Amino acid sequence: MNSSPYRYRQGLKEGIPVGLAYLSVSFGFGITALASGFSAIQAILISMTNLTSAGQVAGAAIFAAAGTFLELVLTQIVINARYALMGITLTQKLSSECTTGHRLLMSFGLTDEIFALAVSKPEPVGPAYFYGLMTTPYIGWALGTALGAYAGQLLPEQIRAALGILIYAMFLSIMLPVAKKSFGVLLTILFAIAFSCAFHFIPPLSAVPEGYVIILSSLLSAALVSFIRPVKEEADREA
Amino acid sequence: MKLNFLLCLLGMAVPTYLIRMIPFTAFRKKIKSRFAKSFFYYIPYAVLAAMTFPAVFYSTGNIWTALCGFCVALVLSLLSAPMTVVALAASLAAYLFSLLPL
Repeated sequence: MNSSPYRYRQGLKEGIPVGLAYLSVSFGFGITALASGFSAIQAILISMTNLTSAGQVAGAAIFAAAGTFLELVLTQIVINARYALMGITLTQKLSSECTTGHRLLMSFGLTDEIFALAVSKPEPVGPAYFYGLMTTPYIGWALGTALGAYAGQLLPEQIRAALGILIYAMFLSIMLPVAKKSFGVLLTILFAIAFSCAFHFIPPLSAVPEGYVIILSSLLSAALVSFIRPVKEEADREA
Repeated sequence: MKLNFLLCLLGMAVPTYLIRMIPFTAFRKKIKSRFAKSFFYYIPYAVLAAMTFPAVFYSTGNIWTALCGFCVALVLSLLSAPMTVVALAASLAAYLFSLLPL
């Protein structure tokens, strides 16, 4: 694809809501990490090198349970496998400015929310815009972890509990406006909910670990809807 | 192998980076197949939905405060409110509901 019309500043601006949301989510991770036996500095180091919520929480749990290195690595691969799919999807959206060097750095910022913002742009996405998108979420993620690790215990339990819903409310605000316009997306979401709930509540499916549930539910529902309702050609597809 | 902090950090950060980096860097072709195009268009919404449900109902540690926050997020999202507004309003709703003497 040709060069991207989006600049660093636009990415920076569009990443701010994600940065704010990450601040609260990583605040929760800071608290969890301390409870799992990490020091505050260690918790911050984890956030600065991983930049992923589910993987970090799972990693902390394995550390706390004195798990093995192999168990840790396998869990990370399974929980983060969706980033491979997102990465491939996003390559279809990249401008010609995205050289291998840029991709090596850009891939570090491939989170669910940054991906969702970048992939929903109508025009090709370039490195400058993507680095803009990454900036506030990265700072927010590290800063929130630090705040959580150092000061989390000071917040009343009820506020801490209510903050737990932040990330899911964000996910809803990404999905639903698109589902309103695209029947295929609505169908995908409904199938994914059905599969995910089946894997959680119906034995023996409920024995499947969380990471596999996300992978299986999303692969099955996206494949199913791609058969039932393939997207129209590029020109008349909504962004 | 027993985990010390450095091993734990490496065991988390390295696989996480590689799984992001390898497909993103190595994949250069344009996807032609209509099925594949559809699949890659739908997959992000599928992942988000699978991560949100049913986890959202357990996110506050109390199914009723979570349900209250979820309804607020649902309505505001359908009205296309900005993400930060949706997230904060859902948390506020869950918090206020948890204060009710039920």
